[in-house]
Amino acid sequence: MKLKNNTLILDDTDLEILEALQEDSRQTYIAIGKLLGISHSTVYDRIRRMEQNGIIKKYTALIDTEKTGTKSITAIMTVFTDPKESEKVAETLSAAPQVLEVYTSLSEELQIIAKVAAENQESLHTFIANSVAPMPGVLRIRTSILTKKFKETQFAIVNNPKKLTFIKETYNINGEK
Amino acid sequence: MNHDTTSKILRTVPREKAFYFFTSIGNYTGESASSLKEFMDKINGINVKSLEFHLYRGDFNKWMDEVLQDKELAEEIIRLQKSNFSGNILRNQLYATISRRIKHLTNTLEKSHRQTL
Repeated sequence: MKLKNNTLILDDTDLEILEALQEDSRQTYIAIGKLLGISHSTVYDRIRRMEQNGIIKKYTALIDTEKTGTKSITAIMTVFTDPKESEKVAETLSAAPQVLEVYTSLSEELQIIAKVAAENQESLHTFIANSVAPMPGVLRIRTSILTKKFKETQFAIVNNPKKLTFIKETYNINGEK
Repeated sequence: MNHDTTSKILRTVPREKAFYFFTSIGNYTGESASSLKEFMDKINGINVKSLEFHLYRGDFNKWMDEVLQDKELAEEIIRLQKSNFSGNILRNQLYATISRRIKHLTNTLEKSHRQTL
């Protein structure tokens, strides 16, 4: 990890630490150090700096909602928008507790893609009809209710220098790309 | 029915109270209506799937009752729902029902105007 022109540059050790954390974020600094052949204080320092710079955003639990017995549905909603209003639509959607993820997409038309969770189909429809459709700039909405999950994971840090060219990004000291 | 009640039914409602046409759960057509007149105008151009979807969910009568506050029209729509029409027959019946109602309300409004003069 180097600081160059106020920019944090990740080295192979940082990427190996991130890979270890993605595998199990609850493992100790000692365990990660042993795994990588470095001291636990080095692990601690590097993790702390990556946290401070927003490279590690947070530690969370991946929950299998099917096993919790919580009744809910998840849908992927594509919102076609007027380009002038799309930023505002995306920001408003992001503030809604039902909305889990929000993305903009490059295609022929400007689209916002959001992952939405609701108790059931009726509450999903009520949310979209009462809160999304009336937003200024919303042109149409397409929604697909997800039925079966085959895989869920985060994009993994792969500790192979040949494969790293596209994930070796630089971050400035404020955590911005 | 007095002048105020009739005017209230025929008014233009704010954006958040408008009727938004969907074809199925979460699939918004991009069409909306902010008044009964606009609603009637949209009936002929909207995908008939949307009319079927909303009629049999009870969305039309709910909007007419709760937003426009026209209980009589809401009841007529419920009767239409019970007749199980679909496709263009449903479109024509719905258009005829709304158009009749607008005509009646407009006549009532004009009558009350004439009486006040």
